[in-house]
Amino acid sequence: MSQAQVSVQVNEPVEQVYSPAADFWRRLRKNKLAMVSLVFLLALTMVAVFAPYVAPYDPYLSDMPKALQGPSSEHLLGNDELGRDILSRIIYGARISLRVGLIAVGIALSAGMVLGSTAGYYGGRLDNIIMRLMDIMLAFPSILLAIALMAVLGRGVENAIIAIGIVSIPEYARIVRGSVLSVKENEYVQAACAIGNNDWQIIFRHILPNVMAPVIVRATLGISTAILETSALGFLGLGVVPPYAEWGTMLGSGRGYMFNAPHLVFFPGIAITLTVMAFNLLGDGLRDALDPRLRR
Amino acid sequence: MLKYIVKRLLLLIPVLFGISLFVFLVLHLFTADPAAMMLGQHATAEQVAALREELGFNKPLYVQFGIFLSQIVQGDFGRSLMTRAPVTDELLTRFPATVELAVAAMLIATVVGVTIGVISAVKQYSIFDYLSMVGALLGVSMPIFWLGLMLIILFSVTLGWLPVSGRIAVGMEPTAITHFYLLDSLLTGNWEAFKSALSHLILPAVALASYSMAIIARMTRSTMLEVIRQDYIRTARSKGLAESVVVFKHALRNALIPVTTVIGLQMGSLLGGAVLTETVFSWPGIGSFIVNAILAGDFPVVQGGVIMVATIFVVVNLIVDILYAYLDPRIKYS
Amino acid sequence: MTQTLLQVKDLKTHFFLEDGVVPAVDGVSFHLNRGETLAVVGESGSGKSITATSIMRLIPNPPGRIVGGEILFNGEDLLKKTEKEMRAIRGNRISMIFQEPMTSLNPVFRVGHQIAESLMVHQGLNKQEALEKSIEMLRLTGIPSPEKRAHDFPHQMSGGMRQRVMIAMALCCRPELLIADEPTTALDVTIQAQILDLMLELKEQLGTAIIMITHDLAVVAEVADRAVVMYCGKLVEEAPVLELFDNPLHPYTRGLLKSIPHINDNQERLYMIEGMVPALTNLPPGCSFAPRCPEARPRCHVERPSLKEVSPGRRVSCWLHEGGVR
Repeated sequence: MSQAQVSVQVNEPVEQVYSPAADFWRRLRKNKLAMVSLVFLLALTMVAVFAPYVAPYDPYLSDMPKALQGPSSEHLLGNDELGRDILSRIIYGARISLRVGLIAVGIALSAGMVLGSTAGYYGGRLDNIIMRLMDIMLAFPSILLAIALMAVLGRGVENAIIAIGIVSIPEYARIVRGSVLSVKENEYVQAACAIGNNDWQIIFRHILPNVMAPVIVRATLGISTAILETSALGFLGLGVVPPYAEWGTMLGSGRGYMFNAPHLVFFPGIAITLTVMAFNLLGDGLRDALDPRLRR
Repeated sequence: MLKYIVKRLLLLIPVLFGISLFVFLVLHLFTADPAAMMLGQHATAEQVAALREELGFNKPLYVQFGIFLSQIVQGDFGRSLMTRAPVTDELLTRFPATVELAVAAMLIATVVGVTIGVISAVKQYSIFDYLSMVGALLGVSMPIFWLGLMLIILFSVTLGWLPVSGRIAVGMEPTAITHFYLLDSLLTGNWEAFKSALSHLILPAVALASYSMAIIARMTRSTMLEVIRQDYIRTARSKGLAESVVVFKHALRNALIPVTTVIGLQMGSLLGGAVLTETVFSWPGIGSFIVNAILAGDFPVVQGGVIMVATIFVVVNLIVDILYAYLDPRIKYS
Repeated sequence: MTQTLLQVKDLKTHFFLEDGVVPAVDGVSFHLNRGETLAVVGESGSGKSITATSIMRLIPNPPGRIVGGEILFNGEDLLKKTEKEMRAIRGNRISMIFQEPMTSLNPVFRVGHQIAESLMVHQGLNKQEALEKSIEMLRLTGIPSPEKRAHDFPHQMSGGMRQRVMIAMALCCRPELLIADEPTTALDVTIQAQILDLMLELKEQLGTAIIMITHDLAVVAEVADRAVVMYCGKLVEEAPVLELFDNPLHPYTRGLLKSIPHINDNQERLYMIEGMVPALTNLPPGCSFAPRCPEARPRCHVERPSLKEVSPGRRVSCWLHEGGVR
């Protein structure tokens, strides 16, 4: 790109040379929003892991006299239609959302990497078949595909993970394929070929490590999508089976009471929004820190 | 240009075939016994066997697919198990409602998103820019069904300005011409019906538009920031053109090229979002119909509905590609 | 009508960046007569393009700002004009062509329309008239079958063709002043000569004065009447072109002239000015060129020289010439 801004020459002071990792960390640390998000997500993870110790009440314990009660000093976020403590349910819900988000992205990532690197590395007919299949999957709005998969798989956390994992495969396959294609022609890959490494050694040891940056960024942003999709499935009644606390399911069941007890839908939605936002901001921060040239 | 369109239309055929095959395989491979699944746990063995016979599930898979394919080519997706009516008819009745909602949302997302993006870019680092980008971040982070519920609580329940759900007040439906209520009521001069239809449309359209609007605003902003630094913008300024002409003609016209792609891609998330929005607002479209069909185990409707939505998506993408070729003269129609 | 078309007085354009203020143009003064061609010579970063952009009042703000001086165009200070008044001047009475013909035309509009735009704004022509006039201009710049080429998009043209379009666009309103910012740098050598010839020819025809910004002394020799040499945002020398080549006064100018390859010379290596252009944020206290100057004296490092007239039409900013030409 040519710059219309008249060039101003400023000789930069010689910067201290950092290792790529330290350099990356230094840039990421400068991004306040990304750091706040990282801290938030770490805290959320801790809360989820230690939910039984952190949650003030048993999330499944029904206390009918308190049903639909608004926020109070005893129940900070109020009680739901069965009188269960909403704060405790949101804390337990973090377990499901984070688990589904992370594992689903893990599945999509692994499958996408295998498919994408195979397609990119071997090219030709194999590439064609794989990528046409991915194109067909991309022809479905992903949430619709996830819904359809849940319809055939049946409800449950594991199935939600599988459904959300499957629908996000094409995205990763595409990114990995694109990156593999660009890295493949590099000299070090040719050299690895020349000294007789086999294909999978080359792919795993020489190609994939060099395409990880865009994949990690995409995966971080992908977790936020996965969490949104999980909550959507839960909201439609296709997600986890009650009485499990899941943010989307809480929204779905609280919806019937929202006219007189809006806190039933308000707080789970806030939890989803904050978590998704944190992953988005962290993903943006990672992208900027990994490749400053991509910064907009 | 015509040749290009024809070529792209021909390329649709294998894609549509692939979509059908994919849906067919997912529904048949992932379910051990679809007939049993449809009827639920309480069905007798005879009922299951009868349904299996009716739907042809006891034939080999490829025969089933052959029959399925020959049927859908004729527009036959079988009969709904819930209503016993042909799936195609059921879908087509609900089609205009979904299109009306999606088009309204797309218009809102595009017009507002592009406007916000342009202003943010021109006034980079201003308060407006800052607030818009916070808004855009919220837009991509909020679940749209939650936003829908919040809009209902605020505008329908608390303020009482807009109706809670539905597409039009009962009994107000205008004479059907296009089946789009807004258009029909205008065409027949039915002002009351128009007001009712519009007031029902606003909240779901805004909720559905939010995510795409945020994406489009971000994309427009970053593209405009890049375009505004280009040499040809300096040339336009050096010609003595007014700043508004420079921004809206010379810069925006170039920025719209990548933004169009994003808008096209957003159609997918919009159609997916329609499923959720329609459920929240009880909007009588394809999306809510598919969700109900899934909850009721109405297998033919799910199959037909999913294929139909995917087809719409693919066709929309084709239109976007053609538009793209029109917007960017550097692309050759070949 | 006076002889002087443009008078730049003590122009200062600074850029306010995170790491400090960059005085990209710092007290530059020169003048230009009607119909004259003035070359502004210097390395990249010397401030010559920013001087030109300042005259057009097209400095991107932020970060840049004209912080002082006057730019008198026909006796009127352009820096006192409102943005609206400036718009009526840009492209009409002063126009500019740029270095990069490949990126200076808008890729989504036909070239005829891009020229016509200027005519519609400044001469109130309607679309049809403006298009006809722009075809006329294309013909004037030597583009074959201009009726057809006017309907081309920029990507359908070669670099030389596009620069001709840029020239047609710049000259269509018959401006009094044309600022050409390295107009031939991005072109092939053969095309370079054609474009320069074209500019000179049109200049004669239309009576336009030209400020030719270039780092290429061969261009200076070919087209300019007078030249000013810039270094680190300041003028270091001003002279009629022939005198500049015959008897350069400033050591920097001498260095520049020495670094031109000569076909007769049998030099092993090309002469090179030692050292690097200093950062504008951190200029030495004395003469900016002193650190690289082969003839620098102690005084040069501590005291900044000013531009002094050494003979009619010749100015130089160097302590070596304090007492007149040696």
